[in-house]
Amino acid sequence: MSKGVAITGMGIISAIGNNVAENFQSLVEGKKGISRISKIDTIHKDDIMVGEIAYTNSELEQLLGISSVNNYSRTGLIGALAAKEAVSNAGIKDMNAYKTGLISATSVGGMDMTEKYYYNYLENDTNHRYIESHHAGDSTQKIAEQLGIDKSLVTTISTACSSAANAIMLGARLIKSGQLDRVIVGGSDCMSKFTINGFKTLMILSDTYNTPFDENRKGLNLGEAAAFLVLESDAIIKAENKTVLGYVKGYGNANDAFHQTASSDHGDGATLAMEKALEVANLTVKDIDYINAHGTATGNNDLSEGRAIIRVFGNTPPEFSSTKAYTGHTLAAAGAIEAVYSVLALQNNVIYPNLNFKTQMKEFNITPQLKLKEKKLKTVMSNSFGFGGNCSTVIFSKEQ
Amino acid sequence: MEALKQELKENIIEQLNLEDMTVADIADDDMLFGDGLALDSIDALELIVMLDKNYGIKLTDPKEGRTIFESINTMAAYIQEHRSK
Amino acid sequence: MKKVYINSVASITPQKTFDNSEFLDEVIIHDNQVVSAVEPVYKDYIPPAAARRMAKGIKMGVVASKIALQEAGLENVDAIITGTGMGCLRDSEKFLSGIIDNNEQFLTPTSFIQSTHNTVGGQIALELQCKGYNFTYVHGSNSFESTLLDAKLQLELNEAENILIGGVDELADHTTKLHELIHHIKKEDITTNTLLGSKTKGSIFGEGANFFVLSNKEQESSYAEVVSVKMYNTLPLNDVVQTTLSFLKENNLTTKDLDAVVLGNNGDVEFDRFYNELTSDIFSNTQQVCYKHLIGEFNTASPFGVWIASKILKTQTLPDILKLNNKGTSSFKHILLYNQYRGENHSFTLLKTC
Repeated sequence: MSKGVAITGMGIISAIGNNVAENFQSLVEGKKGISRISKIDTIHKDDIMVGEIAYTNSELEQLLGISSVNNYSRTGLIGALAAKEAVSNAGIKDMNAYKTGLISATSVGGMDMTEKYYYNYLENDTNHRYIESHHAGDSTQKIAEQLGIDKSLVTTISTACSSAANAIMLGARLIKSGQLDRVIVGGSDCMSKFTINGFKTLMILSDTYNTPFDENRKGLNLGEAAAFLVLESDAIIKAENKTVLGYVKGYGNANDAFHQTASSDHGDGATLAMEKALEVANLTVKDIDYINAHGTATGNNDLSEGRAIIRVFGNTPPEFSSTKAYTGHTLAAAGAIEAVYSVLALQNNVIYPNLNFKTQMKEFNITPQLKLKEKKLKTVMSNSFGFGGNCSTVIFSKEQ
Repeated sequence: MEALKQELKENIIEQLNLEDMTVADIADDDMLFGDGLALDSIDALELIVMLDKNYGIKLTDPKEGRTIFESINTMAAYIQEHRSK
Repeated sequence: MKKVYINSVASITPQKTFDNSEFLDEVIIHDNQVVSAVEPVYKDYIPPAAARRMAKGIKMGVVASKIALQEAGLENVDAIITGTGMGCLRDSEKFLSGIIDNNEQFLTPTSFIQSTHNTVGGQIALELQCKGYNFTYVHGSNSFESTLLDAKLQLELNEAENILIGGVDELADHTTKLHELIHHIKKEDITTNTLLGSKTKGSIFGEGANFFVLSNKEQESSYAEVVSVKMYNTLPLNDVVQTTLSFLKENNLTTKDLDAVVLGNNGDVEFDRFYNELTSDIFSNTQQVCYKHLIGEFNTASPFGVWIASKILKTQTLPDILKLNNKGTSSFKHILLYNQYRGENHSFTLLKTC
C-alpha cells in the first residue's frame, strides 16, 4: 500500500490560458476569460456570457497532429491537449514502465458533434463517423490513445459538476490500494448548445460577469476547459527521484439527497464532503490554509456552500475564493481545473482573488478573499458540487 | 375566465405529468406549491415556459413566479392581464 | 483484506427477470432487432408523485435498487455506485430535438435534468435518503465493471459494509435509428434463437437495469463471492488468450478450475471473434454460457451476465437457453465472465460460490 499520492505533472486549457503557465499568469493578474460567445451560434448570444477556449477545433487538431478527417469531439480534443501537457510536465518517457491508468470526467461528451449532425446523419453518411463519439466514454478512449495508454484501466466518471474531483479521488484510491502505480486523472467539457440551453431553462445563467458570493449575484457563466494531473505512488517517486508538485492528501464524496438540482439550504452534502476529506487527510480545520470554493455564483450554490463552510470551519474560516469568475463554470472539468489552481497556489504561496465581488451577502458574515494575497500555504481545500446532490471535496498539500 | 382556468388545469396536469389527477381534483384556490399540489421549483420553471409558449408572457426572474403561481385563480388573473397571445 | 459478496440481485431486462424467485423459467423469444424491457408495475415501488418526472431509465434503476435492497434485507446502504453508457437517452433526445426543432425556444428543464448521467444515482439516493458516497461511471461497456471495481476496493478496505451497484441504460428512437445506419444494429430480421449463430454485422439492441448489493459480510441471501475484476481499454485479438490465462493465474486458477465461462457474444460476426479466440481454444472443454441473445446488446448488458453467474452459483442450475455448448456440468464453483464491445473496453470478472 502506498501512503502518499504524489502529483508530478499538470496540464490545463481554459478560457484564461492554453497551458499551466498562461493560466497561472491570468490568475495572478486578475485577468478573466469571460466574454460574449463566438464559437457557437445561439439565439441566447446577447443574454449570456461564457468562458471560451481560444483555439478552434482545426487549430486543436493541428496541435495534436491528427488528420482533419477524424471523429474527435471538442471534449476529446481539449482533453487530449491538456492530458499531453500533464504527461510531459511529469517527465514520463515510457508510459508502460509502470501500471498506468486514466480516469477522466465529462458531462458533455460528444454532444457538440451530435447537436451539429443530429438530423444530418439521417440524410447522408458524410459525418457518420461521429455517431460513435457521442457517448461519454469515447473522449476518454481518445485521450488514452493520444497518451499511448493501452491494455490498461481506463474509465470515465460523470457526476455533473463534481465529476473531475471524483476522478481525482478514484485515482488516489487506486494508487493507495496498490491497484495502479500511476494514474492520469482529470476532466474535459467543451461548450455546447445543449448545456447552454439546459442551464438557460434552469434560469441560472447570468447575463453579465458572474459574481461569486456577492449578494446581488445573478447566476453562472458557462465555461469550457480540460485539465489533467499525473498521480504517482511513493515507489515511483523514490525509484525515479522525481520532483513532486504536491500531494492529494484527502478526499470525500457525499450526497445531499435533497433535490434533483438544488443544494439543501444548509449544505448537508457539502458539509459531509468537507468533513470526510479532513478525516481521510487526518487534518483538522486549523490545518487548511485556503479554500478554493465551488462558488458558481448561483443564488442557491453560494448560500448553501457558504453555510456549509461555516458549519465546518466556524465563523472565521481560512481565506476562500471562487475562481469561476475567471473561467466560468467548466462543469465536469471544474474539479480538475481547480485542482491545478490549488496546486499552483501551494507552489507559489498565493491566494487568488474572488473577482467581481461588490456586496456582502446578508445571510452570513464570511467574505471571500478579494485581492491577490501572498501567504505561506501548506494545505488547500477544493470543493466541487453537482446536480443529483453530488458533493466532493479534495485536499491538496505541499508535503506528504 | 372559467375557460382559461379549465385550460390551465388541463395543461398543468399534462405538462407536469400529474398522472393520478384530474381537472376536478384541482380547486381554483388550491395552493399549487407547498401544502396543496406540492409542486416544486422545477415545476415552477415548467410553468414559466408554459406562460411564454401559450400566452406570450416572459418572466426573467423565477422569483416572480412565486406570487403568480400561488393558485389557479392568481395564475388566471395574471394571464388575463398580461397575455399577448 | 475482507472478502466481497453479492448479497442480492435485481434485474429488469427484455426478459421477465425482476422476480428473484425465478431463473428464466419462461423465456420470451424476440424476433426484432430492438428489444424493450419487460417492466414491473412501477407504482408498486414508487409513489406516483415521485415517479411523475422519472424517465424510464430512472424508474428501472430505482425499482431495481429497491428489489436489491429488499432481498439483502437492508433499509439503506453506505454507498451507491451506478454505471450507464448513455444515461437517460430519451430525455437527451427530447431536449436536443427541442433545441433544434424550436430554435432554442420554449424548452423546459425536466428533460435536461434527466439527461445528466448521474440522474439515476442521484434519484436512488433521494429515494433512499442515502447521503453516502455516490458515483456514476459512464465508460461504454466497462461502465458497470467500474462500479464493481470501485465497490470492491471500498469493501475490501472496510471503508463501507454494504454498497448498492448497478448498470442501467434505456433505448431511444433516434439513437436506435443512428445505430441502424452504421450497422451496429443488424439490418436483417433475427430472433433470440438465431442471433448467436448469425454471420452478419451488428447485433440486436436492448435495455435494462441490473443492480446488486455488495457486502463484506456474507449472509443467508448471498449469491457469490466477487474474487476479482479487471478492465482493459484495449486488447488486441491475439492477446485475449494470454490475458485470460494471466488473469486466472493471478487468482491461482487454471482453465480446469472453471466450471463455466459467461461470454458477451452478441452475434456480431466482426467482434464475436474475441470470444471465439477463447471458446475454440482454452475453453473448448468448459461449459460456455451466453446471454445477450435474450436481452440484446447495450453498454450495461454485462451486469446481466453477473446476474446469470450469480444465479447459477446460488441455484447450481443452468437453464438450457443459456448454453453455447453442452458439457453436462452440474456443479458450479468458479465462473469467469468476459465481455467487450466492438473490440474495446474488455473486462474479466471472477465469481466463486460462497
